[in-house]
Amino acid sequence: MTLEPILHIENYSKHFDLHEQGTQIPSSHNVSLNVYSGRLTALVGPTGAGKSTVLKGVYRTYLPSTGRLLYRNGSNHLIDLAQADEHQILALRKTEISFVTQFLHALPRQATEDVVAQPLFQRGVDREESREKARTLLAAMNLPERLWGISPATFSGGEKQRVNLARGLIAKPRLLLLDEPTASLDKKTSERVVRLIEQLKDEGTAILAIFHHPELIARMADQVIELEAPCDNTQFLAEVC
Amino acid sequence: MHKVLNVSSLSKVYGPGCSDCFTLTGPQHDTNICPRCKSVVAAHNVSFDLYQGEILGIMGESGSGKSTAVKCLYFDEPPSSGRAMFFDATGKQHDLFSMNAARQRWLANHHFGMVYQNPHLGLNFGITAGGNIAERLLMSEVDSYTEIRSRAKELLTRTEVLTERMDELPKNFSGGMQQRVQIAKALATQPNLLFLDEVTTGLDLSVQAAILDLILEIQQEMTTAMIVVTHDLGVIRLLAGRTLVMKYGRVIESGLTDQILEDPQHAYTQRLVASAL
Repeated sequence: MTLEPILHIENYSKHFDLHEQGTQIPSSHNVSLNVYSGRLTALVGPTGAGKSTVLKGVYRTYLPSTGRLLYRNGSNHLIDLAQADEHQILALRKTEISFVTQFLHALPRQATEDVVAQPLFQRGVDREESREKARTLLAAMNLPERLWGISPATFSGGEKQRVNLARGLIAKPRLLLLDEPTASLDKKTSERVVRLIEQLKDEGTAILAIFHHPELIARMADQVIELEAPCDNTQFLAEVC
Repeated sequence: MHKVLNVSSLSKVYGPGCSDCFTLTGPQHDTNICPRCKSVVAAHNVSFDLYQGEILGIMGESGSGKSTAVKCLYFDEPPSSGRAMFFDATGKQHDLFSMNAARQRWLANHHFGMVYQNPHLGLNFGITAGGNIAERLLMSEVDSYTEIRSRAKELLTRTEVLTERMDELPKNFSGGMQQRVQIAKALATQPNLLFLDEVTTGLDLSVQAAILDLILEIQQEMTTAMIVVTHDLGVIRLLAGRTLVMKYGRVIESGLTDQILEDPQHAYTQRLVASAL
């Protein structure tokens, strides 16, 4: 295991300027953390502390307001994800960084196995080979076979979550961002999913994750970063905070 | 992935133009009509890069200049100023606006494809669907009858137009079918760069979905670079990896599509995203 972190976040903050309402919404505030290959860093804290905002900042779905998000890519170059060129971010998303969000966005006319295989399609892997891998993963997650050929649009919350997770894991990313991957799963299914994540971790994937169950954090996390809810950010109090 | 297109400072002014045109128009002045000379500043300072296999979205309301930008690049309109470099598959550079009209036509016929919102602009309604594709192939120097016929059949099959109908006139087709023929025609020469200008606007939702799926499949199969002009956030979300937002002829914001939709920076983009259904 290398000592160099794959991801080094330094004083990341994010606020949203809402022009129409003339207000500023604070979210993540001064977050610093490291994520290492083969280890899991967990983000904890109350709702509104900006946990998901950290993940979205790393994935550049949100533009960071301040701070550096240094990512060490597969060829050992440091890239500041806050500043990187859009093409560079798109390339990283395609080949190195996966994000499993809380909600699944899928076309209502795409078969589940194709939704899961998508990251492999994009990497240019043969279609049938990709689908075969998707089916193996869906089976490992205990998703009934009769669902594989239909769109996940009508699936239950727990089923959608597994589809989403399978899609995030299938390409074995170098860095995996997880936003409450087991929130809607029962205990038995959750256990299967957790084992798959552990397996990926053992193979060297660096993971930055949000979990809500304390026992999962205790079991999976090598490092825990606690975020605080942002203080009331009216102009007047801004400096005190 | 290599660069296909580099556009820098593209501007288009309709009218006489004066020295104040650019300083007195734009989003901050809430107009694209110059108050002094009454010229319309359709586009100003539009710059972007496009890579192979990438779909770039250009989003904005009617009159924001999004179609103008594409029309200049496809040589439908001459730009007032600016530069555009096209890099063909061999990496050779073509300076789009400094070459003569014949050369421009040659380049458009061989390397570009265009699909218009209005099929009357993209198709010749006086000849059959198959004839439209043949016309395009002839312009790019494919001239064996059997080859043209088989290519046309192949393309129409690919875009799901019944080949039994290839000898019919486009006017007998539904709107969605006309768009499919237009796409088949645009793809005939296997272009490196495809322009799509509001191609699903005005079609039934189910037809829209099928056309958009087709575009995505083509992009994945052929790694064609595409520029998609639309006012529809759904189209942008589905197709584009990166997006430019235009208003009053200016690019007011650009970024990764998910960032534009989830964390829009400009007041106008925030309003646009908030008004999505």
